[in-house]
Amino acid sequence: MTPFLSPDALALTFAALMAASILAYVVLDGFDLGVGLLLPTTADVAQRDRMVASIGPFWDANETWLVLGVGLLLVAFPVAHGMVLTALYMPVALMLVGLILRGVAFEFRAKAAGPLDKRRWDAAFAGGSALAALTQGWMLGRYVLGFDPSAGALLFAALSAMGVAGAYAFIGACWLIWRTEGDLQKQAVAWARRTLWVVGLGIVGVSLATPLASPRILARWFEMPNLLLLAPLPLATTALVIGLHALLKHMPLPGDALKRVPFWAAVALFCLSFAGLAWSFFPYIVPEQLTLFQAASAPESLTIILVGALFVLPVILAYTVLAWRIFGGKAMDLRYD
Amino acid sequence: MDALLLARIQFAANISFHILFPTITIALGWVLLFFKLRFNATRNEAWMDAYRFWVKVFALSFALGVVSGITMSFQFGTNWPGFMEKVGNVAGPLLAYEVLTAFFLEATFLGIMLFGFRRVPNWVHTTATVLVAFGTTMSAFWILVLNSWMHTPAGHELRDGIVHAVDWFAIVFNPSLPYRLAHMLIASGLTCAFLIAGLSAWRWLRGDRGDAVRVALRTGVVMAAVLAPTQLVVGDMHGLNTLEHQPAKVAAMEGNWETRGHVPLVLFAIPDEAARTNHFEIAIPSGASLILTHRADGVVPGLNEFEGKHPPVAPVFYAFRIMVGTGMLMIAMGLAGAFFLWRRGELPRLLLRGFAVMTFAGWVATLAGWYVTEIGRQPWLVTGVLTTADAVGPVPAGSVGTTLAMYLIIYALLLAAYVGTLYRLAAKGKVAEAVPGNQPVPPTGGGPLPQGA
Repeated sequence: MTPFLSPDALALTFAALMAASILAYVVLDGFDLGVGLLLPTTADVAQRDRMVASIGPFWDANETWLVLGVGLLLVAFPVAHGMVLTALYMPVALMLVGLILRGVAFEFRAKAAGPLDKRRWDAAFAGGSALAALTQGWMLGRYVLGFDPSAGALLFAALSAMGVAGAYAFIGACWLIWRTEGDLQKQAVAWARRTLWVVGLGIVGVSLATPLASPRILARWFEMPNLLLLAPLPLATTALVIGLHALLKHMPLPGDALKRVPFWAAVALFCLSFAGLAWSFFPYIVPEQLTLFQAASAPESLTIILVGALFVLPVILAYTVLAWRIFGGKAMDLRYD
Repeated sequence: MDALLLARIQFAANISFHILFPTITIALGWVLLFFKLRFNATRNEAWMDAYRFWVKVFALSFALGVVSGITMSFQFGTNWPGFMEKVGNVAGPLLAYEVLTAFFLEATFLGIMLFGFRRVPNWVHTTATVLVAFGTTMSAFWILVLNSWMHTPAGHELRDGIVHAVDWFAIVFNPSLPYRLAHMLIASGLTCAFLIAGLSAWRWLRGDRGDAVRVALRTGVVMAAVLAPTQLVVGDMHGLNTLEHQPAKVAAMEGNWETRGHVPLVLFAIPDEAARTNHFEIAIPSGASLILTHRADGVVPGLNEFEGKHPPVAPVFYAFRIMVGTGMLMIAMGLAGAFFLWRRGELPRLLLRGFAVMTFAGWVATLAGWYVTEIGRQPWLVTGVLTTADAVGPVPAGSVGTTLAMYLIIYALLLAAYVGTLYRLAAKGKVAEAVPGNQPVPPTGGGPLPQGA
């Protein structure tokens, strides 16, 4: 197919599509994994069932955004895909094990032989979610510092793992505030309040580490006029964290008012953090090693994917919205009938 | 062991585990639609009970297929970076189209199909079932396009050592696609037929003889009777296509060393690659020539013509016999089952036992078939374009070995849990398919769509 965009414009378009898919994954599977992380904090079987039920109809489609994001990396930037996945071989393998356990535990726990069997699959569900969240955070930390093998960088990756797991637990708790009621909802508010601080510290940590590690990123953020132009990003983030802190103190509100607000505020926080990272690294796709323009595949192949994506993505979004509307409101017991 | 062999074993282990589940869900999606449509047409609860039981099997199989499929999408990059560097311009768009046209569709509508029955009108639920079945089939289509292209590449050119797409129509409808796709879709149908017939026969033998079991058993047996003989014809056509494009593979399948006429059909032998001959051969004279060229004296190329460039003979040779042997058993069982259903309306005890034993026969035949075609392609990864050895990544053998062990343990546990769960569901089948209480529709939720069932 004849390309109708210049090679650079194609590379940019695909970088944007890939970034959007990864952001969608982090937000959407973020709350699934977060609910999984929070599962062991209650021993009540009914509460656990309700928590799992709240993500039941969604997790599969949510996980598909990871396949699309990594697929676009593979398809559009094959050299970068090889470099990144080879550098992160072990954490990727562990993440996959986590995602396998989490995904199958869903079905197996619903068909468990008895309470003991169910508890085992609950453990697989929570353990798988934790493994996936921690390894994703670890990979983010490794990526941010350009796969630097020093001890300090590894320590940073470990902190990043905790930060991402905390952020997932936070958005998971916010999801539960929206989708559950009664004691479980009160419990979710308490979880959200506790994990909000992990999120705040994580954002501060990454924001400090990246400019310290890279003079290029330092210059990009702190030189005039960038400092002023970018100021809304950190200011909005700070305002959101403080606002969430104040709101969560009073939740749940009478009549369940503002039940959606913490979740969407958490989504906004994720988007702001993601935008900050994107600005720091652009145009690198492998930090400080390879730009997205260098890594892009042949324009003919990218064009044929782009045409397909332009037709199909709106349809995907439409039926995703349909599914969210069908399964709107408070979570109910899941029944296969 | 070296990293190449380990990487191959790891990928083979993953893909073998993965294919077990799509092989069930591709056809089971359509069978569920059939149950649903029969219910819509007849309002006979037996069909809906059968639907309720098998949709649980579908959900479980689907989850296992999804998680093992995601693993594979990562392994392209971690284990075979050379693959995407060399042929990414062809493989990339095909994989992208699979995600865009199939993955999201099946994943999203699966949620509605599984959990939406009481939240959406019946027609929306039926539509969701159609879309899930369609999505799984589309997914199979794109993957088989890529796989067929790797066997019989077309529509591309090499520029600076990299494959570039020239003609997408030729790439998608490459020479082996129609045969391979038909062969695989029927294999899925057979796997599903024997799974349904086998588990239903098992329930029947245990005295669980409700109408839901009866209709499911019938459906499985009739599917087997129709599909098994069809597969024989389609498989033969696929073999002739392979003879045209990958003669070395066919030579290994037949255990034929010399290029000659009157090639016998080897029923059993122990191929010896070192001595380049077969031991303990039992064969039908001129049989292979007749099958492959439709003439007793037809000349068929032998392995010695491709010395150093043909696949390992023994695994291809044995796997082919396992596949064909299982297929023949399936034909016999399917026809016998259909005969008794037609004459007596029910199956004799012995035949029920046979179906119960053959519950997972489809898995055996499917895996054996894939081993024939994939090992048969060696040493090529993409025929004539890229060898497997050139595609392997720089990851050290130790890391590949560690992750391989990890995957194998998990897969063994999951497989045991899966089979165990199927039998547990079957053992309490009446519970699994019961109309769930007469609870009122929950007051909250339901979204803007009207409630209905």
